[in-house]
Amino acid sequence: MRLYSKYVGVLFKSQMQYRTSFWLLALGQFLVPFSVFAGLYFLFARFGQIKGWEFHEVALCFSIIHMSYAISECFARGFDSFSVLVGNGDFDRVLVRPRSTVLQVLGSKFEFSRVGKLAQSMIVLGWATSQLSTEWTILKVLVLVLMIVSGVFVFTGIFMLAATMCFWTVQGLEIANIFTDGGREMAQYPLNIYQKWVTRFFTFVIPFGCVNYLPLLYLLDKSTGNPLPYILAPLAGILFIAPCLLVWHTGVRHYRSTGS
Amino acid sequence: MKAYLSVFRLRLTNVMQYRTAALAGVVTQFFWGFIIIMVFEAFYSSSVVSPPISLEQLITYVWLQQAFLAFVMLWFRDNELFELITTGNIAYELCRPSGIYGLWYAKLLAQRLASALLRCLPILGVALLLPEPYRLPLPANPLAFLMFILALLFGLFMMVSLSMLMYISVFVTLSPAGSMLMFAVVGEFLAGMVIPVPLMPEWLQSIVYVLPFRWTADFPFRVYSGHIGLEEAAVGIAIQLIWLTALVGIGRFAMAKALRNVVVNGG
Repeated sequence: MRLYSKYVGVLFKSQMQYRTSFWLLALGQFLVPFSVFAGLYFLFARFGQIKGWEFHEVALCFSIIHMSYAISECFARGFDSFSVLVGNGDFDRVLVRPRSTVLQVLGSKFEFSRVGKLAQSMIVLGWATSQLSTEWTILKVLVLVLMIVSGVFVFTGIFMLAATMCFWTVQGLEIANIFTDGGREMAQYPLNIYQKWVTRFFTFVIPFGCVNYLPLLYLLDKSTGNPLPYILAPLAGILFIAPCLLVWHTGVRHYRSTGS
Repeated sequence: MKAYLSVFRLRLTNVMQYRTAALAGVVTQFFWGFIIIMVFEAFYSSSVVSPPISLEQLITYVWLQQAFLAFVMLWFRDNELFELITTGNIAYELCRPSGIYGLWYAKLLAQRLASALLRCLPILGVALLLPEPYRLPLPANPLAFLMFILALLFGLFMMVSLSMLMYISVFVTLSPAGSMLMFAVVGEFLAGMVIPVPLMPEWLQSIVYVLPFRWTADFPFRVYSGHIGLEEAAVGIAIQLIWLTALVGIGRFAMAKALRNVVVNGG
């Protein structure tokens, strides 16, 4: 942990060297999800609701998934751009050091400019929660935090899987974007608006549904029957990281160096 | 002219090398298209008021947008050009005996064209054969299709001249990422890439209609689906031409101005 904070500190200093560029980038990062949110707003202004969901409810859904995406992009950027590390053979250096590979790859990159994205989703979250009529209990706040954490784990897991593929393909694969960018795009709406097969896939295979849709039902008092499974659903998202770690370690064992 | 053509051809073959990457892109865009269509389907199914564009026309809009993404995306950066400017290698470009504006224009055009050629055929082919609610319908009538092709091409020319302005701005700022990202986000929103222009509120539509961005994407797609009639389309193409000359004129002027003050970086 101390090593990791050191990594982050060094990266922070290096990114602060280009201060204007940094702030412009952060502002741009703020605008990207903002334009998507504006689109969402205009759609609701035109249609009023989507399959019984109100605007502020969808906004809550939106902010949770975008927040966890922003956080995991901050932390797990090293995995996202992992193909570079494999491509020029720098992964060899990681292997000879006496620390875990996961920690080193995590520490190799840290995108501070994502604070722009984070700020945007926090504003949306604050606004959406102030619009809700549900009563907030400690348990509900806890579930909300858990949802965000769970989202971070799911996205990090997918980044990791995509990085593992690089061990075999060397090149990065755009396909993985389906599950990161695409997953985010999809999970910004409540999952039940989609076709059954989409909902099933993104609940049981890649647990985006557990990150926001299921616990959201509990938060908004829309769930029927025993609330316990809805409360515990975010934990499934956290568990998702376990098989990803396993696959990663198999990948590391298969690694053959490239470059010279 | 011959020099521009050969630059164009070189770029075209260069991009064509990356066929696997294009295939991955196609799959991603399919998924993307499906999500967007499903979201709109959900919106339409629970809508009480009748929307200004039919679901079928909207689906056409979405598939065309996915197929011709390389034509209509503002954010299609060519890092090589940036590096030329920021590393100072621009000096070599300036020594060449042909105009730099035309040269870069040809480069950018070829890149977009090649990337779209690789992607549009598989996407259009499959989208035309999909089961009913998702299928891409045929164009409204043959004449509309002809108009669509014309509008798309002029839209592409406009898009390249718009992105030329972005590259020229790098001469001044030297740091491409931030300012370009903002320009791209706003421009793409105004082109109807986030939500289709007909679904925007009235006040926003009136802003969109006076800016150049919508002519590159929104306009050709709606000509295809027949949402914009033939006569209106003909007038639209004329407006596109006016915009195009204006944008190229501004670009050339700004380029000349920037080059006069250019500082060659690096050594």
